[in-house]
Amino acid sequence: MSTPFISLAGISKIYGEGAAAVRALDDVSLNVQQGEFVAMMGSSGSGKSTCLNILGCIDVPTTGSYLFEDVRIESLTRNQRAIVRRHFIGFIFQGFNLLNRTSAIENVELPLIYQQVPSKKRRLLAQQALASVGLEKWANHRPSELSGGQQQRVAVARAIVGKPRVLLADEPTGNLDSARSMEIMEMLTGFNREEGITIIMVTHEQEMAHYAQRRIVFQDGCVISDSADQAS
Amino acid sequence: MLKEAIILAIRAIRRNVLRSALTILGIVIGVAAVINMVTVGSGATTQVTNEISELGGNMLVIRPGQRRHGPGGARGVEDRFSIADAQSIITNVAGLTAVAPVSQTGRQAIYGGANWSTTIIGSTNGYLTVRNWYLAAGRVFTSGEEKAGADVCILGNTLQRELFDEQSAIGRNIRLGKLSFRVVGVLAPKGQSSFGTDQDDLVIIPLRTLQRRMAGNTDVQTILVAVNPAIETSQAQRDITALMRERRGLRTDDANDFHVRDLTEISDTLSGTTAILTALLSAVAGVSLLVGGIGIMNIMMVSVTERTREIGTRLAIGALERDVLLQFLVEATVLTSLGGVLGIAVGLSTAVLFCDLIGVPFMFRADIVGASLLVSSGVGIVFGFFPAKKAASLDPIEALRYE
Repeated sequence: MSTPFISLAGISKIYGEGAAAVRALDDVSLNVQQGEFVAMMGSSGSGKSTCLNILGCIDVPTTGSYLFEDVRIESLTRNQRAIVRRHFIGFIFQGFNLLNRTSAIENVELPLIYQQVPSKKRRLLAQQALASVGLEKWANHRPSELSGGQQQRVAVARAIVGKPRVLLADEPTGNLDSARSMEIMEMLTGFNREEGITIIMVTHEQEMAHYAQRRIVFQDGCVISDSADQAS
Repeated sequence: MLKEAIILAIRAIRRNVLRSALTILGIVIGVAAVINMVTVGSGATTQVTNEISELGGNMLVIRPGQRRHGPGGARGVEDRFSIADAQSIITNVAGLTAVAPVSQTGRQAIYGGANWSTTIIGSTNGYLTVRNWYLAAGRVFTSGEEKAGADVCILGNTLQRELFDEQSAIGRNIRLGKLSFRVVGVLAPKGQSSFGTDQDDLVIIPLRTLQRRMAGNTDVQTILVAVNPAIETSQAQRDITALMRERRGLRTDDANDFHVRDLTEISDTLSGTTAILTALLSAVAGVSLLVGGIGIMNIMMVSVTERTREIGTRLAIGALERDVLLQFLVEATVLTSLGGVLGIAVGLSTAVLFCDLIGVPFMFRADIVGASLLVSSGVGIVFGFFPAKKAASLDPIEALRYE
C-alpha cells in the first residue's frame, strides 16, 4: 500500500470532564487511500459522526494524531483548519443546509466566494457543477421551490464545486425516500469513479453502505469491523 | 469579499423589511433631530447676525453710566456727554469712519389730517453712516443746517407712509409737536429688527435743533461710533475709554462712569445661546443614537441566533472567523447607515418646513450631514461588533446541530 491519504492514529475524543466524561471515540486508528469510497456505520452514539467531524477538521481530537496528506491537522489553528476545509474538503449534510432565500446557483457559488474566485469564473464553475447533478434548469430557484432530492443535489453540487480532495457526507440520504436516495448514491459513486474524489460517508442504512467499497463499523467509540469489497 | 458582504447584508435587510425599519427608527429619529435643529439653528443665527450688521456692523455705543445719590437716594444719570465730547472723539481717536452724537425724544408728527406718534432723533449726518442707512429720496442735512439748528427733518419710511401715503414728502412742512419742520429727505426702509421694533418709525432732525427747541439743554444722550472695518473694534473701544476718562477727570482708581458697548457683544451672546441649545440637543440626539445602537445590537443578536445553522454551514465550507465577523458587521453598518440616510432626508425636509414656518433662511450644513452619516455608520460598527463577534466564534459543530 502507498502512503495513506488520510491517517488517523490513536484518536480519542472525550466530552466533559471527570465522572461525567464521555468517550465518544476511543483510540481509533484508520487509514484512507486516495480515491476510496468509505462508508462509516454504527448505531447512534457509536462515534461515527464524531469521527467524520474530526476528519472534516471541524472538530479536534482530545488525543491522537490526524495526518491529512502530510499536514498534521491537530497542530493547526481554527482558521488554518478553515483554510484546509475551504480548499480540500466538501461537505454534504443530512439536512442539506442550503441557505434559504438564496438561489440554487448562489448556494453552489458560496464555497468559491470563500476561495476568492472572481465572480465570472465563479458563475461558470457553479453552472458546470449544477449541470453535473442535472439541475442546470433550476439554477435560479430557491431551495424552498425544490424537492428534497433536488435540494440534496444542490448540496452535492456545492460540495464538489471547489474541486475538493475528499467529500464528507453525513447521512446524505437520511431525509430522502429510497428512489431519491439511490439517485444521490449513484451520483456520489459517479464522482468517486470518474473524478477520483475520495468519499467518506456516514450512514446507518445497509443498502446505502453497499455503494461504498469499504465499510467501517463503529461501536461505543471503537472500530469493530473494517471490510473492503474484494472485487473493486 | 466586501462586495459580497454588502450584497448579502442588503438581502438580509430586505428579508425582514418591517423589522429592519423598526430597528433603525431610533437612528432615523436621532439623526433627523440633529439635522433639523442644527439647520434651523444656523438659519436663525445667520439671520440675527445679518440683522446686527444691518444695525451697524462695527458700531460702538457710548453712554453715561447710572449713579445712586447716597443710600436710598434717587437713581440718576452720571454727567451727560456734550457735542464737545463727540468732537473730541473725532479729533483724537484714529480708525473711525463716523461719529454721531444722539439725543432722542418723542413727539406727535402731524401733516394735514394725519398724525403719528414717533421717535425724534437729534443727530448729525454721521448717524446715517453709523447706522449704515441710505436715503430713498431728498438729501441729508447741510453743515449750515446742522450748526444753526435749522427746522429741517429726514423722515423714516413709516412716517412717509403714514403721513404722505404715496405722495412725495420732500419740501413739505410737517409739525413735530408744536414746531414746524421742512422735510428734506426720506430714509430707505430697514424693516423690523429681530427684537420686533419698527426701525423705520422715526424722524431725524439736527441735534442742535432738538437740544434748543425741544429738550432745552445741551445734553447728548448717546454717542454712536462706526469703526473702520479694517481695525479691531476693541482697539477703538480702549482709545475712546481712555479719552473719556481723561475728559471726565477720573483718577486711575476711579471706575468708569460711562459704557462703551460693542454690538458684537450682543451677537456673541445670541450665538452663545444658540451654541448651548445646539449642544443640549446634540446630547439628546446622542442618547437617541445610543438607544438606537442598543436596538441594533439587540436585533443583530436575534439575527445571529436565527441564522446559527447558516453560520455553521458557512464555517464548515471554509469561512474564516473574520469572514463571518465582516458579514455581520457589514450588515449592522448597512442598517445604521440606511438609518442615517433616512434621518438626513427627514431632518432636511422638516428643516425646510420649519425654516419656512418661523421665517429664517434655510442653511444647508454639509458638515453636519457628513458627520451624521459617519456617526450612524460608526454606531453600526460599534454596536454590531459584539453580535458579529458572537457569530464568528460559534463552534461549527454546535451551529450545524442547532435547530
